[in-house]
Amino acid sequence: MQLYDMPDARGHFGQFGGTFVAETLVEALEELRVMYEKYRHDPEFLAEFAYDLKHFVGRPSPIYHARRLSDKVGGAQIYLKREDLNHTGAHKINNTIGQALLAKRMGKPRVIAETGAGQHGVATATIAARLGLECVVYMGSEDVKRQAPNVFRMKLLGATVVPVESGSKTLKDALNEAMRDWVTNVHNTFYIIGTVAGPHPYPMMVRDFQAVIGVEAKAQMQEMVGRQPDAVVACVGGGSNAMGIFYPYIDVPNVRLVGVEAAGHGIETGMHAAPLTANSPVGVLHGNRTYLMQDVDGQIIETHSVSAGLDYPGVGPEHAWLKDIKRAEYVAITDDEAMAAFHNLCRTEGIIPALESSHALAYAEKLAKTMSKDQVVLVNLSGRGDKDINTVAKLANITL
Amino acid sequence: MSRILSTFNTLKQQGKTALIPYITAGDPHPQHTVKLMHTLVAHGADMIELGVPFSDPMADGPVIQRASERALVHKVGLGSVLDMVKVFRQTDQKTPIILMGYANPIEAIGPVAFADRAKAADVDGVITVDYPPEECGDFVRELSARDIDPVFLLSPTTEPSRVDLIVKQASGFVYYVSLKGVTGAANLNIAEVAERVKSIRTQTDLPVGVGFGIRDAATAKATAAIADAVVVGSRMVQAIEASNDENLFENVAALMDELKAAVDAA
Repeated sequence: MQLYDMPDARGHFGQFGGTFVAETLVEALEELRVMYEKYRHDPEFLAEFAYDLKHFVGRPSPIYHARRLSDKVGGAQIYLKREDLNHTGAHKINNTIGQALLAKRMGKPRVIAETGAGQHGVATATIAARLGLECVVYMGSEDVKRQAPNVFRMKLLGATVVPVESGSKTLKDALNEAMRDWVTNVHNTFYIIGTVAGPHPYPMMVRDFQAVIGVEAKAQMQEMVGRQPDAVVACVGGGSNAMGIFYPYIDVPNVRLVGVEAAGHGIETGMHAAPLTANSPVGVLHGNRTYLMQDVDGQIIETHSVSAGLDYPGVGPEHAWLKDIKRAEYVAITDDEAMAAFHNLCRTEGIIPALESSHALAYAEKLAKTMSKDQVVLVNLSGRGDKDINTVAKLANITL
Repeated sequence: MSRILSTFNTLKQQGKTALIPYITAGDPHPQHTVKLMHTLVAHGADMIELGVPFSDPMADGPVIQRASERALVHKVGLGSVLDMVKVFRQTDQKTPIILMGYANPIEAIGPVAFADRAKAADVDGVITVDYPPEECGDFVRELSARDIDPVFLLSPTTEPSRVDLIVKQASGFVYYVSLKGVTGAANLNIAEVAERVKSIRTQTDLPVGVGFGIRDAATAKATAAIADAVVVGSRMVQAIEASNDENLFENVAALMDELKAAVDAA
């Protein structure tokens, strides 16, 4: 039985969440809220979603017992939820399929998305191609340079990629620009947000579409290990892969939920992307109230992480809530620690993880060391690292 | 009665429509802002909308985004904007000042402290783009308790039932956003706007201002004929952007003269 019952009817998780948008978007969000309420329990909609997850994405994604890594670390057994094996290489596709099916039912022929590393952009372009929807992806011009292969992928899939030149030219600015597009084209456009942030109903809806990760994991752990893990570890930028795996575990007692933020060069340097770990103040950005990295004037400050997908100054409102009610704990991993974990998984298990997921792996190693060999840590391996090889090579001064 | 409402009443008696120019505080340089405000008033501004710079101005087009960026180079935050209003008030106690900005700078100060400081600076109204009425009940009460008018936006997508909800919280005036999109966006359809303004008037006695998309004398005149106030933002900021330190005040004055003549001719 699901006891946890958040958010409230207006999208609040305690003081977090809500609908902080310009007036022009209020009706569009209301329309979305009503349509999502209508379809979230609709058997036909859910059947279509499940069909695509199975046949197009390749779900269920397996759980893999990383034996050599566990032995090397010397502590708890580490299991990996293999979201990296999904079509398009990350968990992002789960959510874009859900939202695109909704867009189709709402009669919106055009979808837009923001993207940082490009994974959500690729996932959106993919489902748009499959459903015959026009697709425009906003991407900070800095990220366009850093993630050229994903830009090309999106173009191959028929999407228009718009480089965003404003502000810090990264993910948050891409989100601003997507909002501006939406406010202008709200009559024919569905905005597919890629994470558990944004105005209500997005944080809830994205969580629900990603919850398939945790639902599968619960059944698979029972089958493989005969019990649930002692800890579930996932990386947190906006927090969609973490919410996806945490959500079905919220009511399960004795399962620690650990969100891993990007500590960048170190929390103490200020060059990080870890609002929860750094105890950033509460504020309002991108339609919701949450913990936000900002200066004393309330201006959003620039973030840093080696992983573009974690490079975001805020965090989904439900994570802010889970932190406050102490149901989940939040920690941070530096660039260097994540890189070490990246190489470690490559060499010991033959899996190249995304740099985002490498943050979760790095913390899982630390945590497993403190636990006994008969305990279990489940890591959400949210994506594969092919997209990151240029970054990794550059850090090692290797020219490809 | 608030300074905003009494200004509207006076204009109404004279059969006139208010002209409300928008500038971003600190653009192009913080030392020019107060003088620019006085220039606006000397050349026909009935009220001033003063933009509070924000790092992530989601509802603004490129022109006002760049104004925010220019101001932020000089670290112009909400605190310094309030200081500018204080200085302006030393020589102008008559012209209503309406702050326009985003929620987070207010959240950073805290709604109660902000309302206190806005009152101390003698601010008349506050527009917060991303505080829809459902999310800012407490904030509206703090403002109203200090006789500061919470001004709300209405948009082409706002249903009549929502207009009712919004005008219950609003005071001073309501601001009809004349088109879907960001500030400075394309052409406005005057007939459509006239229809909406007429419909809004059946739901409230508050004056109705119209903004977004007013870019020249012709659109200003056409809008003045159907609204109680004409708000000119991006066009004003463009004039600032195109100026240098020598001709800044003269260019802004010339644009104001042109707009004022158009609004008065309506």
